[in-house]
Amino acid sequence: MIFLKLILTNLRRHRIRSSISVAGITFSVAAMLTVVTILQGAVGMFSSILSNDSEIIVFERDVSDLFFSNVPADATAQISAWPIVAHANPVLFGIVSSAGHPIITCFGVMPTDARIQKASWLEGDRGSFAQRADDVVLGARAAQFLSAALGSQVQIGHGTFHVIGVLKTANGFEDGGVYMPLASAQSFFHKQGTSSVITVKLRNKDDAAAFKNMVRAKYPNLIALEDAEFARSYSQFRILKATAWAVGGCGLLLGGLGVANTMIMSVFTRIREIAILRVNGFSQIQIGGVIFGESAVVSVSGAVTGLLVGTCFLYALKLIPALDGYVDPTIHPLLMLVVLVLALLTGIAGALYPAVYAMRIRAVEALRFE
Amino acid sequence: MRLAFESNGNRRIVLRAENLWKSYDEGTVAVLKGMDCEVSAGQTVALCGPSGCGKSTLLHLFGGLDMPDRGRISVNGVEVNRHSNLLRLLRHEVGFVFQLHNLIPDLTLAENCLIPTVAAGIDGRTAKARLVELAERTGLSHRLGHRIQKLSGGERQRTALCRALMNRPKILLADEPTGSLDEQASNVVFDLLLDLVATEGATLLMATHDRSLAGRCDRLVEMHDGKIHEHAHA
Repeated sequence: MIFLKLILTNLRRHRIRSSISVAGITFSVAAMLTVVTILQGAVGMFSSILSNDSEIIVFERDVSDLFFSNVPADATAQISAWPIVAHANPVLFGIVSSAGHPIITCFGVMPTDARIQKASWLEGDRGSFAQRADDVVLGARAAQFLSAALGSQVQIGHGTFHVIGVLKTANGFEDGGVYMPLASAQSFFHKQGTSSVITVKLRNKDDAAAFKNMVRAKYPNLIALEDAEFARSYSQFRILKATAWAVGGCGLLLGGLGVANTMIMSVFTRIREIAILRVNGFSQIQIGGVIFGESAVVSVSGAVTGLLVGTCFLYALKLIPALDGYVDPTIHPLLMLVVLVLALLTGIAGALYPAVYAMRIRAVEALRFE
Repeated sequence: MRLAFESNGNRRIVLRAENLWKSYDEGTVAVLKGMDCEVSAGQTVALCGPSGCGKSTLLHLFGGLDMPDRGRISVNGVEVNRHSNLLRLLRHEVGFVFQLHNLIPDLTLAENCLIPTVAAGIDGRTAKARLVELAERTGLSHRLGHRIQKLSGGERQRTALCRALMNRPKILLADEPTGSLDEQASNVVFDLLLDLVATEGATLLMATHDRSLAGRCDRLVEMHDGKIHEHAHA
């Protein structure tokens, strides 16, 4: 109890300074949580686009981005015919712009694609998809920002398209996308006879390894990855995740510097007290414990507050209509644990020098300190 | 030159310094210059002498707070050096009382007194029983929950005295324990100090400028120029 009071006493003595340190960790943790959650959510959403009613994705080997991948149509046809394959859907990704909207994602899909078949159609009839080359279906958010509805004409890139339906999905990317018949997309993006990826559903999931081997043997320039495998290894996802952790890490580093500053000041202002403790039998480890304890209180308080602030911020972002579907405020417990541990480690690192300094204080000299 | 305290009859020597040298500022300020001394168990010894003569230094060396440049120190027959168990010395064998009370202002009187027991890992119940006992004997029972800022100078020094005796050390090292008190408070604290030392069966080595208080000790030792120049029974 007294040990705890010794830990808390200096924090209470310098409330404003302590609050600033806690706030530093709070904002660092909140920033890390927000950035990591948003980017992981984005990665998750993009992964779910690819894994829509499928468990394997086939694309061109060694491409930096799926938009640059070209999978020949004959490969799609042959893979579809393999006995272990339930269905294989080619999907062509494209990026276009329209007035006021620099980036619109286009999906060139077959009428049998799960996006067309399983989405909730707000307007139009799914049976009418791909009847005409200039027909498009809009995601609900795309319809909103393009101010289009069933029967509208929309200008997308250099083309004018006829809206034959509006569909709603839970995925922000898909909801903000434009769906074209595959052949139209191939023509529009000058990628005749190819798709970006093939999404494959197997009759039996246990055949995944055999399927990947078959792809490797038959199409050396293609690669087949299971969805989870793809999410782990796709370079864009890795860059996004690394960026998120780097940004969050920088935030925590700044928070850690704040803690270090507080702890250094704390030690310097209580040199005499530390000497008193030493004279009364406190060991160097016990003195270090007081300093690290003080730092731990700051970092854990900051981390817990940061988790709360970050969560509130994520829910607030979700309420913004423009971000609907893009932000998933669900925070993975493992992420919370990682953030807490990182904050604690940051606090410990910040207290390292002050603690060593405190442990080395010579009582006889410090008692002369005024 | 070797001048030793006389041992008191057959009493055991609890503090011994042999050929003790200590200087500061890289040797430019010599404080102790080959000093020898001995203190027997149960004695009360006053160290007198001008400021800077080395009284506090000697106390710090006996308490293991500092190390001599040369010479040997032993406490309770065990040599004190860099390899000694200094924590055991500070936790169980010696207690310090300073001129400034050196209490932690944000803690209560009781919490300040319990610090040595926390350091030594003494269980809470035993520590509290000891605190109650000492508080009663020093007249502080009604002040246990009070913060240090609320206490008078005399009460603060009595608190420091309690704290020094919490772990039942057999040696009390007091550096001008009444130096910051008025005459009346000074007498009260010193009476208490002698009473506690006697009832605890402890040894007192006290640095002081107050000749009248020094005269009430078993021995009065003059320090000058880094050595003990005379000693006398009070």
